[in-house]
Amino acid sequence: MDSRHSGIAISVKGLKKSYGKNAALRGVDLEIRQGEIFALLGPNGAGKTTFVEILEGFRRRDGGEVSVLGIDPDHQPMALKTQIGIVLQSTGMDRYLNVAETVKMYSNYYPHPRPVDEILALVGLDAKRNERVLRLSGGQQRRLDVAIALAGNPDLLFLDEPTTGFDPSARREVWEVIKNLRALGKTVVLTTHFMDEAQYLADRLAIIANGHIVAEGNPETLAGRDRMLATVHFSLPEGVTPPPQLEVTTKVGTAFEVKTTKVTQDLYELTSWALGASVDLVDLRVDRPTLEDVYLELTAVGAVSGSKEEK
Amino acid sequence: MMNSATMLENQLKYVNKAFWRNPASAFFTFSFPLMFLVIFTSLLGHHSISPQRGITVDVSTYYVASMAAYAVITACYNNIAIGLAIQRDSGVLKRTRGTPIPSGVFILGRLIHALFVAVILVVITAAYGKFFYHASLPTGTPLVEFLIMLLVGTLTFCALGFAITCVIPNADAAPAVVNASILPLLFLSGVFIPITSTAPSWLIWIGRIFPVRHFVLGMDAGFVGTTFNWMDVLIVAAWGLGAFLLSYRFFTWEPKR
Ligand SMILES: Nc1ncnc2c1ncn2[C@@H]1O[C@H](COP(=O)(O)OP(=O)(O)O)[C@@H](O)[C@H]1O
Ligand SMILES: [Mg+2]
Repeated sequence: MDSRHSGIAISVKGLKKSYGKNAALRGVDLEIRQGEIFALLGPNGAGKTTFVEILEGFRRRDGGEVSVLGIDPDHQPMALKTQIGIVLQSTGMDRYLNVAETVKMYSNYYPHPRPVDEILALVGLDAKRNERVLRLSGGQQRRLDVAIALAGNPDLLFLDEPTTGFDPSARREVWEVIKNLRALGKTVVLTTHFMDEAQYLADRLAIIANGHIVAEGNPETLAGRDRMLATVHFSLPEGVTPPPQLEVTTKVGTAFEVKTTKVTQDLYELTSWALGASVDLVDLRVDRPTLEDVYLELTAVGAVSGSKEEK
Repeated sequence: MMNSATMLENQLKYVNKAFWRNPASAFFTFSFPLMFLVIFTSLLGHHSISPQRGITVDVSTYYVASMAAYAVITACYNNIAIGLAIQRDSGVLKRTRGTPIPSGVFILGRLIHALFVAVILVVITAAYGKFFYHASLPTGTPLVEFLIMLLVGTLTFCALGFAITCVIPNADAAPAVVNASILPLLFLSGVFIPITSTAPSWLIWIGRIFPVRHFVLGMDAGFVGTTFNWMDVLIVAAWGLGAFLLSYRFFTWEPKR
């Protein structure tokens, strides 16, 4: 099947990679669709760089199947290189060339480059076009990285930890550039260990920990986050007990917690009882697990044996 | 599809720009040998020296030849080894590896540029010798022999530059490894101080094993009028071939951990 017509940009099955005895990827299955921004979220050492660098053709896999734009990176690295753009985790450039020269130099390597002026406008570096690379700020250099990755006008871009080590304003700069790529219809695969980054940028994401994909989905519903137990918290005056229909999970002093899947009904029971009994529900609030809760739970040491089937 | 020749031409353009704008490479590679030339010839220019029985020349002429050889070595060996180690460490090489430019085109760009810098330096050195010290310049057959030695030497010292990057651990160590490997040889090969017949034989033998001495002898033949020896060319070429094979096998595009 030709992946170009199936809307699948990347397909990975049973991908394995070890460094000596250290297994970095232990059988990764993943599909990434054309035109989406896909985030691979995971802590340091989870295997993110190993994963993307196998897809980019920098490292060889030990086992499994990999198809990137219909190409196996191990077999046709050159064909692949003309069609992808790469932003490595740590990168350098010739410091003495200026911004426009740098992008022009790289675009000379490609059969169908994108015009340099267009690229500079896209990443917001047009005003800096004559600035030497060594005089750029960290955020500007990272945007230049993206500009270089766009030089060959690829359909698919890889960004390995594009904002790690940057201050909040530089991160914002880079985020806006990545958001712009979606409008161009590019497929973007980015890795990150920031949840807010994945949440802000990604259409879909997968969480990787210790060489396994432990969850996959979109940021709102990841790992059944939307269906997980919500917690209703409230406090009652001394000596008052809540209505018997509520199944109280924990009680600390006068503070109560109810873990429930039927929030609407339980709130109704609680509030109508309180109105009838003229009880003031101090601190009433409802919590759902945040992406952070899910992430921390899934990537916690010892949680790794859990597979992605777990809810 | 952009063909390799156009790619190479573009590559050369940017390598050249980056070279002249980088104060370290412009100074150490380019100005350094010329500075030594001026210092040595000014200090010792009017003494005379006999590099071979029956031949007596001004020390200035001797230094024109030696400094031309030294210039070629810095432009090729030092420049390529240090430049590539920095590019490898900072990730430029890895980035390049992720683009469709063939590695051969990238490497050739560095090599041709080094050759270009070497030739400019030799021309300036020769012109300086001619103008200030009436040093004789090669013509006829010696000129051809000289040019062959120049070409072979350039290629060999570039190849040695590629090879030594394989053992340089990181960019910070690059100048130290490069200087430690070349400076003693420059002294043992008579580049800075002429080697006379009273030199101890172990020293002469060390010089004979390595390519620097043979390269210097070839350059001397052009300027000083000593005998040109094809064996020197062969030995320099053999080192170049060995270095090429080693770099082909061991060169890495990614930073060493
Ligand atoms: N080149 C390498 N040689 C040996 N071990 C490596 C190498 N690259 C990564 N590793 C190891 O593989 C695991 C995954 O690393 P990596 O893919 O860099 O993770 P991440 O990018 O998520 O931080 C880590 O334990 C790391 O130490
Ligand atoms: Mg990484």
